[in-house]
Amino acid sequence: MARFGMAIDTVRCVGCMDCVVACKTENSVPEGFNRDWITTEVTGTFPTTHLEIRSERCNHCDDPPCVSCCPTGASHVHDLGAVVLVDADKCIGCKGCVASCPYGARFIHPDGYADKCTFCIHRVEQGLLPACVAVCPTHCMHFGDLDDPNSDVSTLLASRRHHVLLPDAGTKPRIYYLT
Amino acid sequence: MSTYSRRKFLKISAATVTVASGAAGAAGAAASAKAAAAPDKPSKRAAQGVQRIPTYCDICFWKCGAIASVRDGVLWKIEGNPEDPLSRGRLCPRGTGGIGAHFDPDRLKRPLIRKQERGQEVWAEVSWDEAFAYIATKMHAIKETYGPESVAMFAHGIGGNFLKHTLKAFGTPNFAAPSFAQCRGPRDVGFRLTFGEDVGSPERTDIKNAQCLVLIGSHLGENMHNSQVQEFAEAVGNGASIIVVDPRFSVAASKARHYLPIKPGTDLALLLAWMHVLVEEGLYDKEYVAAHGFGFDQFAARIASCTPEWAYPETGIDPAVIRETAREMARHRPATLVHPGRHATWYGDDTQRSRAVALLNALLGSWGHKGGFYAPSSMDVPGYPYPAYPKPAKPKLDNPGMRYPFAHEAISTGIREATITGAPYPIKAWFTYATNLIQALPNEDETIKAIKNLDLLVVVDVIPNEIAGWADVVLPEAVYLERFDDLNVELFREPFVALRQPVVDAPHGQKPNWWMAKKLAETLGLAQYYPWKDIEEYLDHRLTAAGMSLADLKTRGIVRGAPQPTVVEEGASLAFETPSGKIEFYSLQLEKAGFDPVPVYTRHAEGPPASFRLLFGRSPVHSFSRTQSNRILSDMMDENEVWLNADMARRMDLKSGDYVCLRNQDGVVSNRVRVKATERIRPDCVYMVHGFGHTARGLKHAFGKGASDSQLVTRYATDPLMGGTGMNVNFVTIEPEAARG
Amino acid sequence: MQELTITRHNALIDPLLSIWSWQIPVYLFLGGLVAGIMIISGYFVLQGQYKKNVFSCFYLPHIALVLLSGGMGALFLDLEHKLYFWRLFTTFQVTAPMSWGSWLLMIVYPALWVNTLIRIPERYQGKVPIFDRWSAALNARPVLIKNIGIANMLLGTLLGMYTGVLLSSFGARPLWNSAMLWMLFLVSGLSAAAAFVHLITTDEYERELLAKADNAFLTLELFVFGGFITGLLTNSRVHKDAVHLLLDGPFAPYFWVLVIGMGVLLPLAIQLLAVNHKIKHTALAPLLVLAGGLALRFVIVFAGQFSRWS
Ligand SMILES: Nc1nc2c(c(=O)[nH]1)N[C@H]1C(S)=C(S)[C@@H](COP(=O)(O)OP(=O)(O)OC[C@H]3O[C@@H](n4cnc5c(=O)[nH]c(N)nc54)[C@H](O)[C@@H]3O)O[C@H]1N2
Ligand SMILES: Nc1nc2c(c(=O)[nH]1)N[C@H]1C(S)=C(S)[C@@H](COP(=O)(O)OP(=O)(O)OC[C@H]3O[C@@H](n4cnc5c(=O)[nH]c(N)nc54)[C@H](O)[C@@H]3O)O[C@H]1N2
Ligand code: SF4
Ligand code: SF4
Ligand code: SF4
Ligand code: SF4
Ligand code: SF4
Ligand SMILES: [Mo]
Repeated sequence: MARFGMAIDTVRCVGCMDCVVACKTENSVPEGFNRDWITTEVTGTFPTTHLEIRSERCNHCDDPPCVSCCPTGASHVHDLGAVVLVDADKCIGCKGCVASCPYGARFIHPDGYADKCTFCIHRVEQGLLPACVAVCPTHCMHFGDLDDPNSDVSTLLASRRHHVLLPDAGTKPRIYYLT
Repeated sequence: MSTYSRRKFLKISAATVTVASGAAGAAGAAASAKAAAAPDKPSKRAAQGVQRIPTYCDICFWKCGAIASVRDGVLWKIEGNPEDPLSRGRLCPRGTGGIGAHFDPDRLKRPLIRKQERGQEVWAEVSWDEAFAYIATKMHAIKETYGPESVAMFAHGIGGNFLKHTLKAFGTPNFAAPSFAQCRGPRDVGFRLTFGEDVGSPERTDIKNAQCLVLIGSHLGENMHNSQVQEFAEAVGNGASIIVVDPRFSVAASKARHYLPIKPGTDLALLLAWMHVLVEEGLYDKEYVAAHGFGFDQFAARIASCTPEWAYPETGIDPAVIRETAREMARHRPATLVHPGRHATWYGDDTQRSRAVALLNALLGSWGHKGGFYAPSSMDVPGYPYPAYPKPAKPKLDNPGMRYPFAHEAISTGIREATITGAPYPIKAWFTYATNLIQALPNEDETIKAIKNLDLLVVVDVIPNEIAGWADVVLPEAVYLERFDDLNVELFREPFVALRQPVVDAPHGQKPNWWMAKKLAETLGLAQYYPWKDIEEYLDHRLTAAGMSLADLKTRGIVRGAPQPTVVEEGASLAFETPSGKIEFYSLQLEKAGFDPVPVYTRHAEGPPASFRLLFGRSPVHSFSRTQSNRILSDMMDENEVWLNADMARRMDLKSGDYVCLRNQDGVVSNRVRVKATERIRPDCVYMVHGFGHTARGLKHAFGKGASDSQLVTRYATDPLMGGTGMNVNFVTIEPEAARG
Repeated sequence: MQELTITRHNALIDPLLSIWSWQIPVYLFLGGLVAGIMIISGYFVLQGQYKKNVFSCFYLPHIALVLLSGGMGALFLDLEHKLYFWRLFTTFQVTAPMSWGSWLLMIVYPALWVNTLIRIPERYQGKVPIFDRWSAALNARPVLIKNIGIANMLLGTLLGMYTGVLLSSFGARPLWNSAMLWMLFLVSGLSAAAAFVHLITTDEYERELLAKADNAFLTLELFVFGGFITGLLTNSRVHKDAVHLLLDGPFAPYFWVLVIGMGVLLPLAIQLLAVNHKIKHTALAPLLVLAGGLALRFVIVFAGQFSRWS
């Protein structure tokens, strides 16, 4: 069983937001909403400043509170790659999953259901990379099977320093940031 | 291409993969487009399913090859064409969001003729025929009274080609673009004077192979010129040593091994000091200089006094750091690229600064070498065999008497000046094509003054931008996704030719530039200049002459030629088209014209007390003043901010998100703008993204959001060598929003 | 200094989560109130008080049904995909408190309803003959009635706990992330129910009894508050930050004045005086308790959404 994840190289990322724009067009994300976003963390004092720029989205957590809290089963872990998805036809829009995500990855689509990053499962099923990964002009995003030791992501994680977001929140996120 | 292997974790039938473009390549993509479309006509757009149509992008002038997808007849998305050497299959965020231009509800819809005073933005909708009849009548009258030369045109981008052709046929020599005197002019002149050749656009920089990359204000990563950013990331990924010189801690600076927080306007001192170190310590490429250099000894003598210690009080950069970075550059030469920048019009001495950049590269031997500047090539596609243009009776007037002796392109602000003064002869009509002169030229008042002297201002645009507000006639163009354009045959790493073709229909009958140009010519009685029936015939004629076909290009979007050697390492040879035939360390041309043959640093004026130097640049998600009403891109950023040093902000009791107004040295007060209190900028300057603060009421979404740097650029320093307008010479104070009035 | 810039601006989520407005606090409050009522009326049933004309046994279950429906209505109004409401009942999700809650409510309704059958108020008697027959059948079997009492108390307790567990299961909201929250909401529900009966009963004995009970509940509530606060204060930084929202942050005025001051301390003081016959019972104390209970749900729901991990 595959377990999809991402390894994003913050050394290369320039924060251009192409990943965000590509997600919007690929997935017709409505105006005023975003499935992914850029966080820029500035530390230090000028001129010894340090930046970490991160392309963030749903972490497709191994232990997803958004799934466990969903009363209808609309939020679920998909067979392919253990991707966390929402079945819009089952969602009642109770917003429990929105509150349960420590990353703020979910939002309520104007059509009334919970929406978020799908890892572009519709593309992955066709053998394509997620839209954000495929568009990134700096080639800093990597997508693949974390359980396959030979995958792009696994080899990068084995060879580079990395961290995840809010590890203490206990959700076991699957998006890794290479530093 | 990604190293991610499809088969490893997915068992997918080959059939589903053909829909993919990423891996299948343009040909495959086009084939699948056909398969998905109605049987014979892939361009019929009511079809169901997904069609993929190749074209090239127009959100900026890089012209990346793209493939647009139309789903059930509605534009869906646009992606890079993997066959295209510029995009290498990946567009920049503006290109990806380009579909927003098609859907923009604020678009111009129908031709308009002004009904009230200029600038009031009150028009009547008219038919195309009425619009052209109106324009032609005015033009004939101007020709009658003043001569055809009194018509001038400003155009930015390839879309202006046909309209230019019509106006050349009409008999004027006066054409200009803001991309010279407001942008890369000084750089190109500086490099020409040194190497005999321009850097060009796309720049001939071999960034991806550079082992040491020096960026002086070039904010790659925010400046999203696609290939450059891709190569920059490659260089970063390869562990290249990056040196960034910028008063602001740019994104590029965050990737740098050495960040030099220079005092604005002092780069020339730093450049001279660097060269001093290279020469004094004997670190420069002696062989290269001996073989290709001219006047090196005189040059060396002139910079002998420019020590790092001399540069320190000017630049604020520690002499030890200057030495260390100079040695770092020498260590990696000739694969050390000192990037020439692009928007070089900063302080009025920009050509000399650019020349210093060129000379530094010369010392490092990077020109012509891998990791430096390569020799570009392009495809040989002959132009269309038009009848000869009438010879204008008067010479072009942007640079009368070669006042700026090294300007090799027309000076936009020169035309503006002539329009105001009427000398050497009056200009009575302006055509603008895809250039928002109100925001692009410095000192808005002068632009408006010039416009008030006109009998006719025709604006061809896609949205009701500020310049359209001043127009007598507004011609709404179909956006790039809705039209054919001229072929893109650019000089680049390898030769290629690319086609722009319509992907969807223009929603309100907006027309492409070629159609307007042809129609105008016909109305003016110049039909003989348009022997072709429509643009497809024109394109096919040109392509056939080059041994290609339009049909082929329509399916592939791009045809590549055989790569040529680009650097010495690949067998290219060095040649310099300077008067000496060598790299001119000492320029006799300049000396003869009364300028410094070797760049000399002069100190720039400081601003009034308690003021900040106003700097500006790019956001990765916007192009100048053209994308703020694009709903996809404005969703990424719909307002600019003024960057203020965090410590200064604390002292001024301001925090991020507070609204303030900026007042410049001439009392001009900006629209309200949010403060970004940040550790990413020096305390003596502020910074904002160019293009915001729209005042055009028709831009419903963008109107009044953020502040306009252009409005605050009331002063500019003109480069005596080529007429470029240095715009970083304005100073602002910050006042609370309430003080506005 | 650290600067954080986030480009996202999803409605109701950025910069702060505000997905739940008045509906959820009202739902939680009414749920807690009903829970308390069930426990109280179940207790009376168990005690055989139904044989006397005790108000609680007569009307409370009826009123509880109405209140519960009001709460469900509020919940319904909060749903963004209202037409899919029924999806809640086509599945049971073991890990989802909301699913437990939905099904719990499905049992609460019949439990309350059979409770109403034990003693049909006189003016309704004869209206639906079958109800009268069932009522008679019930009254012929005291064991059954006892069990109904037990069931009401048990389900009431579960319901009261659920209103707290629902929130505390959201690990992402540090303020809610406390094992004391279910106790807090349960005790607050009980106290609100006691105040409610106090307020509307016509029976002196009942009023006196429930005022005393309420004093006990309010005192207990103070201890639970203490536990809730210290629990969070001794947890991780994010939890500490979260509880500071109440203690000295943007929600402090509401918390101290509305919830603790006017919702607990003041009514407690008034009722202490009243049960000691220093003053007469008035409607003020129970009204304050009810308002305080509602305020508590609002403050906890809103401040909880304000609290976060980063
Ligand atoms: N203050 C200040 N001034 C500057 C700069 C700065 O940073 N600050 N930058 C300078 C530089 S580097 C440059 S290159 C210039 C750029 O100057 P311009 O090229 O004039 O750039 P814009 O201001 O974006 O104006 C472009 C206009 O083209 C219109 N347009 C867009 N697409 C189409 C189309 O398909 N057809 C037609 N007909 N019109 C279209 C847009 O709506 C807009 O009105 O500005 C220069 N001036
Ligand atoms: N996303 C996006 N990308 C673009 C464009 C766009 O509109 N949008 N426009 C394109 C065009 S036409 C151009 S010309 C380029 C322009 O982009 P560039 O040529 O890369 O940059 P500039 O606009 O010259 O300068 C902006 C940078 O220079 C720094 N700077 C300001 N003053 C000084 C100084 O005195 N010394 C030094 N060392 N640095 C200084 C500023 O802090 C800022 O980081 O961008 C191109 N790319
Ligand atoms: S597209 Fe790539 S480089 Fe740009 S912000 Fe996203 S991850 Fe970073
Ligand atoms: S990031 Fe949030 S939405 Fe995504 S799986 Fe984790 S908890 Fe769920
Ligand atoms: S909003 Fe939808 S997906 Fe989220 S928890 Fe409720 S029912 Fe499940
Ligand atoms: S994987 Fe797909 S859905 Fe998720 S952020 Fe990227 S583009 Fe959006
Ligand atoms: S750089 Fe970006 S905006 Fe410019 S042509 Fe390429 S994709 Fe389009
Ligand atoms: Mo430019």
